[in-house]
Amino acid sequence: MSARWRELAHWLRHDRRAKWLGLLSSGVALAVLPFVLDASVGRTWVRVIDLALLYTMLALGLNIVVGFAGLLDLGYIAFYAVGAYTYALLASPHFGLHLPWWVLLPAGAVLAAFFGVVLGAPTLRLRGDYLAIVTLGFGEIIRIFLNNLNAPINITNGPQGVNLIDPIDIAGVSFGRTNSLLGISFPGTHLHYYLFLVLTVLVMFVCIRLEDSRLGRAWVAIREDEIAALAMGINTRNVKLLAFAMGATFGGVAGGLFSSLQGFVSPESFVVWESITVLCMVVLGGMGHVAGVVLGALTLATLPELLRHTAAPMQQQLFGKVILDPESLRMLLFGLALILVMLLRPAGLWPSPTRRRELTSAHAPGAV
Amino acid sequence: MPLLEARKISKSFGGLQALNAVSLAIEPGEIFGLIGPNGAGKTTLFNVLTGLYKPDAGAVLFNSINVTGKKANHVVEAGMARTFQNIRLFANMTAVENVMVGRHLRGRAGALGAVLRDRATLAEEAAIQKRSHELLDYVGVVRHAHALAKNLAYGDQRRLEIARALATDPKLLALDEPAAGMNATETRALRGLLERIRGDGITILLIEHDVRLVMGLCDRVAVLDYGKKIAEGAPGAVQRDPAVIEAYLGGALP
Repeated sequence: MSARWRELAHWLRHDRRAKWLGLLSSGVALAVLPFVLDASVGRTWVRVIDLALLYTMLALGLNIVVGFAGLLDLGYIAFYAVGAYTYALLASPHFGLHLPWWVLLPAGAVLAAFFGVVLGAPTLRLRGDYLAIVTLGFGEIIRIFLNNLNAPINITNGPQGVNLIDPIDIAGVSFGRTNSLLGISFPGTHLHYYLFLVLTVLVMFVCIRLEDSRLGRAWVAIREDEIAALAMGINTRNVKLLAFAMGATFGGVAGGLFSSLQGFVSPESFVVWESITVLCMVVLGGMGHVAGVVLGALTLATLPELLRHTAAPMQQQLFGKVILDPESLRMLLFGLALILVMLLRPAGLWPSPTRRRELTSAHAPGAV
Repeated sequence: MPLLEARKISKSFGGLQALNAVSLAIEPGEIFGLIGPNGAGKTTLFNVLTGLYKPDAGAVLFNSINVTGKKANHVVEAGMARTFQNIRLFANMTAVENVMVGRHLRGRAGALGAVLRDRATLAEEAAIQKRSHELLDYVGVVRHAHALAKNLAYGDQRRLEIARALATDPKLLALDEPAAGMNATETRALRGLLERIRGDGITILLIEHDVRLVMGLCDRVAVLDYGKKIAEGAPGAVQRDPAVIEAYLGGALP
């Protein structure tokens, strides 16, 4: 049995035709996914997947900072906020500006990268817990600024947030409404899905290439031993700042996309809990491993929704009433899942080989 | 003209004067030994020379460039590579990856090159791979190229650290107790390796406790005691110097 499986796995991995077949079939599956979900469980689920893809981009961005370079960042959601507000403020009736998305997404990315450097520069000497505290503060500062910059001059519209944000519009096809093509109607959520999917795959590609490069090795070297990295001639300052900036860039792009999808942003979307969630995705999936992080992000973004949709009806059926409301049950199970994963798979669900070695070496001595 | 010149280096930590106006001059092509009892300030001097510490006073000139207070990565770039007393390899990277990190400095590929994998980047990666394997072969650990650094035998880890330092294309290789913890056979092999490195035109600065190794290998030796240089010269002469004997064995009772 297992021999046959191994044979199949080997064939899938090494045969050219199998590779193309696999790629083609997963491509088709991903292409029809929104329609299947829409028809079977409802449009909300397409939206859930849209958000899950945004979280995947965020997790991959944070993974560059935390996973590759080993810099613990607890304020990552601030870059998401920067991207989201850049888009929201410049493409809504709030200022009466309606700049196109192809200006705003790159602008959000650049601005987020700038803030990444702003956060990175003063924290270069900090590591571990100390860095975590400063980044946590940074994340909150951004949110509090957004919350309070409505007086004396109204810039962010404060806690009310920014409304009626223009959706992305590609060649006259607005992602804000349903469009028809060849007799098939594509609702906005579906169009966003395709765009997010393409961008997520692009981000994955970039991350995988970065990991196996001169720069990727420098990041790992800093994570392993910063002094030794410095003594090998690595400009640790620049390389760390680059990690912060690149991580922030992905966060900024994801933020702009979030604005387009929601049509509304407020500071509430960027609370500390969001930073923690994204970090959990990275840690749970497998720090430093692109595929693992994607798995972690998709799992943590969809499981709570799944629970939300099943917990109440299930209790109703079993006990005749809802004993635990889904929201608190969600948190309970979320915490439980994290504890279990950390106990049973301390390096994450799908860790990279290097990370697995780092995190399990305490239990199994290296020398064989 | 000396390759490395230290002029009146002083460094203190709180109330402890670790180095007191220490001067050294290392000529190109020689093996220069730095010895002294424990706590004499050898490693502190080493860290000042290689840019990990800033001296309180004094100047460091390397290859006639003033590198005083320059950061460690710039000192390496100028051509002075080092190893550490307590081995500091990237433990969870393979041996060859460790050496590849050493090549970082001499490469140019950035983030864009990494993503696009253009021809120049691919060529550079191939060159890094090739050179790294050559260096592993040079120090004699190429058979462990794909083993994790932390799984290598102690002596091999020391050699790997030397290979990693050589990967930066140094003019001067500074070794902090490379023979520490080695047995006699390993020490003899290390001596062979160091002579070979010198033969290839690289100057060596050596901190070492193994007196036999220092005396047999070094062209000149300086002795530190309580942060001061108490003797300098050919190994034989230094060995007979009364100040050195006193530092190591204590003075006569009054």
